[in-house]
Amino acid sequence: MVTIKAGMPGIFYRRPAPEDEPYVSEGGTIAAGQTIALIEVMKTYNEIRAEADGTIGKFLVEDGDEVEIGQDLAELETA
Amino acid sequence: MKRVLIANRGEIAVRVIRAAHTLGLEAVAVYSDADRDSRWTRLADHAVHIGKSAAAKSYLDAEAILRAARESGADAVHPGYGFLSEQPAFAAAVAEAGLTFVGPRAEVIERMGDKAAARAAATEAGVPVVPGSSALDTPEAARTAAEQIGYPLLVKAAAGGGGRGIRPVRTSEELAEIVPAAQAEARSAFGDGTVYLERALENARHIEVQVLADTHGRVVHTFERDCSVQRRRQKLIEEAPAPGLAEDTRTAITEAAVRLTESVGYTGAGTVEFLLSPTGEFHFIEMNTRIQVEHPISEEITGIDLVAEQLRIAAGAPLSVAQDRIDRHGAAVELRINAEDPDRDFAPSPGELTRYDFPAGPGVRFETGFLCGSRISPFYDSMIAKVVAHGPDRATAIARARQALAELTVEGVPTTIGLHQRLLADPEFLAGGVHTKWLEQRL
Repeated sequence: MVTIKAGMPGIFYRRPAPEDEPYVSEGGTIAAGQTIALIEVMKTYNEIRAEADGTIGKFLVEDGDEVEIGQDLAELETA
Repeated sequence: MKRVLIANRGEIAVRVIRAAHTLGLEAVAVYSDADRDSRWTRLADHAVHIGKSAAAKSYLDAEAILRAARESGADAVHPGYGFLSEQPAFAAAVAEAGLTFVGPRAEVIERMGDKAAARAAATEAGVPVVPGSSALDTPEAARTAAEQIGYPLLVKAAAGGGGRGIRPVRTSEELAEIVPAAQAEARSAFGDGTVYLERALENARHIEVQVLADTHGRVVHTFERDCSVQRRRQKLIEEAPAPGLAEDTRTAITEAAVRLTESVGYTGAGTVEFLLSPTGEFHFIEMNTRIQVEHPISEEITGIDLVAEQLRIAAGAPLSVAQDRIDRHGAAVELRINAEDPDRDFAPSPGELTRYDFPAGPGVRFETGFLCGSRISPFYDSMIAKVVAHGPDRATAIARARQALAELTVEGVPTTIGLHQRLLADPEFLAGGVHTKWLEQRL
């Protein structure tokens, strides 16, 4: 089990837009390079991508919360 | 009018508090979770918490702001810039709540905020607009329109904005290819495939005119600003007056701005933006129906407190100055100090100001919403401060700005200070008259 970390401080979002579905649900499988969340920093949006194939465990941050650089965002069970 | 609520944050909140107090008015600040104990909440007479850190849940929440106004007994609302300042529905809601909105009427905000309507208003007032077409249906229509307007052209998506959905076209062969591609792209990107043509104005400068209009039908201008030093359409350095501007162009452009302001029944402070081509031709781009970030340089060269004038106009007072009493004195420059990392392509970089020394001295004005220990929050924009320098001439204003940068110390976040130091020593900038793409070509 590894964790996906925030590459920058900002606001964490699990969906591309408020009315959209989340990028990935807990338990969902993902491929390396796939976007799992956004971090908004001062009106710019940065995609957070998985570094390896695997299954998303728990999200460790609530949608819309402020995160610090290096903070754990989600658990990833690598394939 | 006795008590003004400021529906904003940061340096503009501080600026409005200063103007309100100068006029003997009380100021009510608002703040989100992230802005607790901020500088403006301490400088105001009252401060009201309006919600969570995300702007949508605080500074963009019209209901929360109106509630704060009611609870604090405010009788007027100053929207600042950004956030709700150009939302006609907010201006209308403020008026419906029986409060004074410090700005133009909702219908004027709405009209000037609509690209096509603003363009029509300018044409009606005899103000030149960028030559362009209506929506294009067929390839033949595109060709005919292109010949009328002249190359080079831009193909623009009607639903685009902020620089998105724009493609340059140099020849009729390119046009035949690009129009269908742009239509398809606009359909997928914006859900609307409508495109139109506009003349590409090359090497143009961004020149804007500050206007003031009272409720007694009087309109004046306080001359122009040159905001051509931009990066990704974000202004970085602004100057007043525009260096090297021909006096007859200055007269024509300021008169055009006043004409448009009069013809739409505008009230309050506003800015009419133009593109000025090397030929001396100018074309209207848009009108900003609010106070602007760069307003202090106009204040410095004219001695007029524009924010105080906004408040006086909103209270129904006539303008305190007549056009023939407004003179220009010297030159002023403004530098925007942003929390951006020059080593990461100017990525916005939040953080805590662990050291923050303000500049001062003759002709130097420093506008900021923060103090040492303040956090530059990821929830809002990256501007930390504005350095404004005024002098009897442009060279002195720039020299004072350079000294101010040397005195300004910011630790805890990366900033644009180094970039400004380089630009203020750049021979082309010092010569004056650079165009809006100059900085990007330089970086």
